[in-house]
Amino acid sequence: MKILVLVKQVPDTATKIRLNPGDTAIQTDGIKWVINPYDEFAIEECLRLKEKAGGEVVVLSLGPSRVEEAIRQALAMGADRAIHVMTDAVIDSQVAARALAKVAQEEGYDLIVTGKQAVDDDQAQVGALVAVELGLPQVTVVIELNVDVESRRIRAERELEGASEIVELPMPAVITAQRGLNEPRYPTLPNIMKAKKKEVKSVPLDSLGVDTTPWVRVEELTLPPERPAAKILTGEPEEAAKELARLLHEEAKVI
Amino acid sequence: MDFTLSPEILQMKAAVRDFITHEVEPAARRIEEEDQVPDSLIEASRALGLFGISIPEEYGGLGLSMVDKCAIFEELGQTINGYTTILGAHNGIGSVGIVTFGSPEQKSRYLPRMASGEWVGAFALTEPEAGSNAAAIRTTATKKGTRYVLNGQKIYITNAPEAHVFTVMAVTDPYRGAKGITSFIVEKTFPGFRVGTVEKKMGLHGSHTAQLYFEDLEVPEENVLGQEGEGYVNALKILANGRAGLAARALGSCQYLLDRSTRYALERQQFEKPIFEQQIIQHYLAEMATEIETLRWMTYRVAWMADQGANVIKEAAMLKLYGSEVYNRVADKAVQIHGGIGYIADYPIERFYRDARITRIYEGTSEIQKNIIAAQLKKEYAE
Repeated sequence: MKILVLVKQVPDTATKIRLNPGDTAIQTDGIKWVINPYDEFAIEECLRLKEKAGGEVVVLSLGPSRVEEAIRQALAMGADRAIHVMTDAVIDSQVAARALAKVAQEEGYDLIVTGKQAVDDDQAQVGALVAVELGLPQVTVVIELNVDVESRRIRAERELEGASEIVELPMPAVITAQRGLNEPRYPTLPNIMKAKKKEVKSVPLDSLGVDTTPWVRVEELTLPPERPAAKILTGEPEEAAKELARLLHEEAKVI
Repeated sequence: MDFTLSPEILQMKAAVRDFITHEVEPAARRIEEEDQVPDSLIEASRALGLFGISIPEEYGGLGLSMVDKCAIFEELGQTINGYTTILGAHNGIGSVGIVTFGSPEQKSRYLPRMASGEWVGAFALTEPEAGSNAAAIRTTATKKGTRYVLNGQKIYITNAPEAHVFTVMAVTDPYRGAKGITSFIVEKTFPGFRVGTVEKKMGLHGSHTAQLYFEDLEVPEENVLGQEGEGYVNALKILANGRAGLAARALGSCQYLLDRSTRYALERQQFEKPIFEQQIIQHYLAEMATEIETLRWMTYRVAWMADQGANVIKEAAMLKLYGSEVYNRVADKAVQIHGGIGYIADYPIERFYRDARITRIYEGTSEIQKNIIAAQLKKEYAE
């Protein structure tokens, strides 16, 4: 079984986001870059599938040269090789999906897995758009995955608001991973050494022959407003509870 | 000069950092109080590959250069020293002898199992009457047919209760002094081998040190490590090799203490301002930072020299001496900056302070390091 896993490099979730006036992207100097946490669930699931069914896990990433660090991390976790679509350009989800789909088409696959969304711009589009580009069935926000290699059928549980649903679909397909699907492994030190020798093929975005005109352009970025200081209610419990109920109703408007 | 570490080593440091944060640090209090590293943590350390740091890749280890090893050890130094001493003794003096002097047969028997951590390594030189004067050991090894029979006692053997494989020094020819000492690879399962009681220590809780008793201990002749009569020289080389790793761990601990102390000084308010605003505190921190930076480059320079195949006996002794002394000075200042809370066991500073003390004693005291340095100077200038 050949599995492609789409991995995005994003700023560490603990990063303090900085913007200068007029910026349409965050300041990236001094940022620590990591694998998108949802993509880590995707990688882990691919490795487990490979351990069960055999085959190959190929990492597919898009972005500037710094992305190689994330690719090496995925290889150290146990992926077999990688393809890096190289670009310094600012692109939108549509262009990313077109490029990744093109490479996937050339590479061939039984399954494409990625995170349900990237934690940087939180658009949750690329997985779904790749499925559209390739004309594949897809199942998103997956919390449990069963793949029957013999019958080439997938049974997946996906999370809905307040419920979950079980879907069945044929292979090949696109799957996007949600937290809870698994517990991603640490790369071990020997595997980090081994990853050094694994192949990372670099492909310039411009060489793919896909339309790289973005559909979406960022006009403006602003930081969320500072959170107001917490209100502390004092006094007799009875009075405080009354006041709390009033505030929740009139100011916070949650009850 | 290029001081950058390779991407793989940076990745390994990050993996170790992650492991320390999520697995080791949460267990630190328990390790300290129970004087025992939980089996699950040892198991997780094995899985991460922490037992193969010194072992060549062909035998299942990481095959790292000394510079790279020190980078990993520096990271490990940032957590509870008792835990890292188990790894340090195994990856240092516990396995380096076999890596350096072992025959191909010895290497293939021992190294893969040591790299995986299935077999822990230890080094047995010190005896009740032979501490700093290591050549005065009295454990005897008498050849009988195809075996050597060892009799004697060793003390302060780190990892003794956990280890399976011991690099043991014993006297094969009592008339030749230091040149009559031979090194052996001894397994704990050999008949006549016994581990004594575990010592109670001031610090390094979780790491165990114990006596060893050899009563007609039978060692097959193929377990002689290197040549007969070269045991003392081997021991000195093993110890010299271990010194860079030891200093790198001390360096990591110093860095941890500087980080904690600086943050604390910036937060702790006295006289309506952070204590950092007191010039004396600034000077303490500046002195700590400067000594740590000096130690850092000394560590990597000695490691780099060792990687070039240079003789580093003098430099490794300087590094061991300086690293231990700096660690003790930094730990002392860290306690002083923290004040009362630096003395309280709920907080890790006092633990580092106690753990630091042994570095001036074990694997060659500070005084012995000075003797080694002076002896090398005499050699250089008298010739």
